[in-house]
Amino acid sequence: MTVILGQTFTGISIGAVLLLIALGLSLTFGQMNVINMAHGEFIMAGAYTTYVLQKSISDAGMSLLVALPVAFLVSGALGALLEWLLIRRLYLRPLDTLLVTWGVSLMLQQLARDIFGAPNVQTRAPDWLTGNVTLIGGADPLTVANSRLFILGLAVAAVVALASTLRLTPLGRRIRAVVQNRDLAEVSGISTARVDRTAFFVGSGLAGIAGVALTLVGPIGPTMGTNVIIDAFLVIVVGGIGQLKGTVIVAFVLGVLQSVLEYSTTVSVAKVLVLVAIVAFLQWRPQGLYTLRTRSLV
Amino acid sequence: MNPLKGSLRPVAGFAGAAVLLFAVAPLALTDFRLGLLAKYLCTAMVAVGICLAWGRGGLLTLGQGVFFGLGGYAMAMHLKIADAGPGNLPDFMQLYGTATELPWWWRPFANPAFALAATVLLPMAVAALLGLFVFRRRVKGAYFAILSQALAAAFAIWLIGQQATTGGTNGLTDIQGFFGYDLDDPVNQRTVYFIIAAALLALIALARQLIHSRYGELLVAVRDSEERVRFLGYDPANVKLVAYVVAAGMAGLAGALFVPAVGIISPAMIGIVPSIEFVIGAAVGGRASLVGAVLGAIGVVWAKTALSEEFPAAWTYFQGLLFIVALAFLPGGLASLAGMLRRRRARQRKATVVAVGEAA
Repeated sequence: MTVILGQTFTGISIGAVLLLIALGLSLTFGQMNVINMAHGEFIMAGAYTTYVLQKSISDAGMSLLVALPVAFLVSGALGALLEWLLIRRLYLRPLDTLLVTWGVSLMLQQLARDIFGAPNVQTRAPDWLTGNVTLIGGADPLTVANSRLFILGLAVAAVVALASTLRLTPLGRRIRAVVQNRDLAEVSGISTARVDRTAFFVGSGLAGIAGVALTLVGPIGPTMGTNVIIDAFLVIVVGGIGQLKGTVIVAFVLGVLQSVLEYSTTVSVAKVLVLVAIVAFLQWRPQGLYTLRTRSLV
Repeated sequence: MNPLKGSLRPVAGFAGAAVLLFAVAPLALTDFRLGLLAKYLCTAMVAVGICLAWGRGGLLTLGQGVFFGLGGYAMAMHLKIADAGPGNLPDFMQLYGTATELPWWWRPFANPAFALAATVLLPMAVAALLGLFVFRRRVKGAYFAILSQALAAAFAIWLIGQQATTGGTNGLTDIQGFFGYDLDDPVNQRTVYFIIAAALLALIALARQLIHSRYGELLVAVRDSEERVRFLGYDPANVKLVAYVVAAGMAGLAGALFVPAVGIISPAMIGIVPSIEFVIGAAVGGRASLVGAVLGAIGVVWAKTALSEEFPAAWTYFQGLLFIVALAFLPGGLASLAGMLRRRRARQRKATVVAVGEAA
């Protein structure tokens, strides 16, 4: 019983990381139908921001908390810059955008290698995140690392913040309008170009926050983005674009699935099985779990 | 353009390429350089398939490495078994493994005919399976690209995980013989080069026939307006499936011939990054043009070898920049430059004529 619970909780914490990464993607992909392969490098930028801040602020807890907004701004600015330089020129060619942003991601990785060196670096976790919490005591205890709980909390907070921004603020209303019908939004007086850039800023900023979270569970390196980005894209594909709830549900489901399959087989076989499950799922719902209803043929 | 000229041009181009590959290159290049060229030509074979699937069919396959790898591993498994000799295990299995006999899925590869067929048919079967599921349900565009990329990631991770039977990260290395011929012998290396060059020309001819057939027209139509093709009574899923499967078979053949040319196949050559690199070459040269895709693929791997040895960091920046410039500002690739210049000149000439006419 504890094993099952333990695996489920591991899965939930994998899912929380996936969710943090995929949240920004769902905004940029859903908003502009842009597949941003450099999203992984924005995660990396967030992680290196944490690393640099820890060098200047010696207190680990303080630097982590400062890193959250700073990483959001750094990655967000990178994203807005990318949107302004390249992506806005490519709106009608989503597949080309995918490849162009991959070129950008190559260059950003090399930049990180030149600045910070090729080997991975590590940050110190603050004291209040190093321990464990015992969920079930007794002879067969179930413990959960504090850092995992922190990431889960962060993911939930990010979802709540993004959902309420989309639902309650004028900016959110404009973003939803553009996602649902770009032309109609444009003729209603919404500057879609400006909304796009803002959405891209927020989506990329969320990648920065995911980067901060990743420093708690693994090393920081130039290729850390590439390692996680595919899984995050799969979350979007399965969850469907344009709505957050698909992303949230699928991130946790895939996380738990991955964790359970890893437990019963091996890590590498689990990856293959998850992919098979995804292709099978798409037979049932080719547009993803939740999708915006439109009257278009595609 | 007169019809005779139109039909002679590709033949002349083909003959020219054959002379270059079979006469000029072996005479002009050292054995080492010829070996490198053989490697580049394998990449070009993958690019032929990408030109068909992506350039003509609009299917951005970011997972050609999987098919390249399936072909390569099928060939390498046979060659490893042959190297080890009857009754012996391949060297790496003795090193890592606890197995005392070949795993069941290795055994058929001892048969050369099976292995050779598998290098092409296995990738085609995998592509057909994925394509059937994906295209039938109209999963397309970016979704398909991501799925194909996830396939490449999963395949590479799976190979790395099965160290005892696939050689793990190292892959299948140190391949000595090629159907009884010693690969250390430069003469045999040359033969391998000639086989690769012939295979590349054959694939180009095949792809050209496909592109200029009724099917080729249909494929472009599906790329440009899938719904309209559906309303005309065709099933776009089948059209796409054929392009994807043929491209997979080409990548498989390329992988199979890559193994004797280079002597190794490993997960690092087939994962996400090499899979995208296959696409880069075709994109830079011109995805929709066979000549462009092939020359682009050769040019990009050549530049990679030439530059990355001396300036590894600069090469990465250059590669990224090349990609961005080619795709963002020259979507037709370098192959479209000639046409653009010709059109511009024609426009200028027309402008001059108009100006002269107005003056008179």
